[in-house]
Amino acid sequence: MAGYIIETKENKWEVICGLEIHCQIISKSKMFSGASTVFGADANEHVSFVDAGMPGMLPVLNEKCVHQAVKTGLGLNAKINKYSQFSRKNYFYADLPQGYQITQFQYPIVGEGKVLINLEDGTTKEIGIERMHIEQDAGKSIHDIDPKKTFIDLNRAGVGLMEIVTKPDFRSPEEAGAFLRKLRSIVRYLETCDGNMDEGSMRCDVNVSVRKVGEEGYRTRCEMKNVNSVKFVMAAIENEAKRHVEVYENGGKIEQETRQFDPLTGQTKVMRKKEFAHDYRYFPEPDLPPLVLTDEYIEDIRKEMVELPDAKKARFIKDMGLTPYDADILCENKEVAAFFEKAAQGSDGKKVANWIMGDFFAMLKARHLELEQSPIKPENIGKLVNLINSNVISGNIGKEVFQIMAETGEEPEKIVEERGLKQVTDTGAIEAIVDQVIADNPDNVAAYKAGKTALAGWFVGQVMKASKGKANPGIVNKMIAEKLK
Amino acid sequence: MAIDTETVKRVAFLSRLRVDEDKIVETEEEFNKILNWVEQLNEVDTDNVEPLVSVNQTNLEWRQDVVNDGEKAEEVLKNAPMSEFGYFVVPKVVE
Repeated sequence: MAGYIIETKENKWEVICGLEIHCQIISKSKMFSGASTVFGADANEHVSFVDAGMPGMLPVLNEKCVHQAVKTGLGLNAKINKYSQFSRKNYFYADLPQGYQITQFQYPIVGEGKVLINLEDGTTKEIGIERMHIEQDAGKSIHDIDPKKTFIDLNRAGVGLMEIVTKPDFRSPEEAGAFLRKLRSIVRYLETCDGNMDEGSMRCDVNVSVRKVGEEGYRTRCEMKNVNSVKFVMAAIENEAKRHVEVYENGGKIEQETRQFDPLTGQTKVMRKKEFAHDYRYFPEPDLPPLVLTDEYIEDIRKEMVELPDAKKARFIKDMGLTPYDADILCENKEVAAFFEKAAQGSDGKKVANWIMGDFFAMLKARHLELEQSPIKPENIGKLVNLINSNVISGNIGKEVFQIMAETGEEPEKIVEERGLKQVTDTGAIEAIVDQVIADNPDNVAAYKAGKTALAGWFVGQVMKASKGKANPGIVNKMIAEKLK
Repeated sequence: MAIDTETVKRVAFLSRLRVDEDKIVETEEEFNKILNWVEQLNEVDTDNVEPLVSVNQTNLEWRQDVVNDGEKAEEVLKNAPMSEFGYFVVPKVVE
């Protein structure tokens, strides 16, 4: 894609960005305790003594969390580390009852990987994954109940997280946005994280720096914590990069600091300077021996892997004749892709794709329906396309049939049959209508013959109207041209 | 390795422990004594020896993903100095 460059009077600047994404692991129980992970319970109902940091309690690792992490690692085309270790990250905060977070530091469970992102112009770019480790989530602090007090709910404390760290490979807000969408799509396909940024089950930290085009190495970066939508991540990168350029061009220096993105203004403001940066004093977690995985364990998970969006996209392009753009849209969501495949079976893939992305999505939106609530069964879209392709009905009648399908959920053949919508291809019947229209409009016939050939369209329209849309438009066109010659 | 007064204060802050001003020098000396004692280990040649994380050489045991704990907010909150509506309550924390 064309480079994203910030141009000033004197210089051209490029943006360097890397992301750290926390993904909440889908599991029934927490990472180190048997308390439930279900969201929305009464305060502190899903808390065990382990989660509450009571003295003498010991963590026991949940196998499911490891399983989900390995699966996600495979989905990121990453190296699975058979040996990994847990560490303690020490800091004091009211919603961290243990006084430390159990995480992985030196030896993460997943090493380097790569993810392809799909850009708007149809091209792809490879983004490097630096590592992915597993750790426990903290509790939730609520600051706005009382002006002098903070309320703490530990239901989230101890829920498993996967932290994915990318290489500083993003050169534009668009690339970062495309990555988040791709990552969300991958974890949803794998069912390892539900990927909902607005509910906080996927949270993103953004690292941004800039450098002059052609410059080697990196300049000082700033980090923005917990930016919670794709749109905000893109805005944060754009605005933070602009700020860096302004500071440099005015002869200033960028300090390494943690900043906060304000969704209301789109601006970032300083949260924590480097001199107040946390000193986490990581050390190996004494309560948990190293995590050692066997090849067999990893291979068993590999066997469970489903077809991921990239592979599905390639297959849709190759086998179903879709464009990369169409394939991207249909593959982003696993359920949509499955719906499309069912619809396209035994039908025309490209045309089915057009119906789904056009009339079908519009219908769902207009009726505020989710895909699984669709009144139209996928196979009926395929059948509708077949009726049009084989000239049983015209494209216009097809739209009418589609509306009836949406109302009644009936099969298109039944609708066409019962309502007499079959296209008339019987030339004798069409000819009778054409003759009638010509006989009824001598003025326009004369005008046409005098050179106003644009009237052909009008004649076709009259014939279609008289046939209630059922005449085959191709035959009508041809016949009008013949008769008025 | 020598610990200075600043480091003592920093470690105390990070641990949220109050060390009275007149105890700082004494603490500093204690730190240094302990560290010097541990430093004797530097005399051992550890080339070609894998770092040891724990003397406990057992394998990690894991558990199946089953919900069998929680649902005891009252007990969890029992020791809390302050609680309201089922929440722990602390003095306002704003970074």
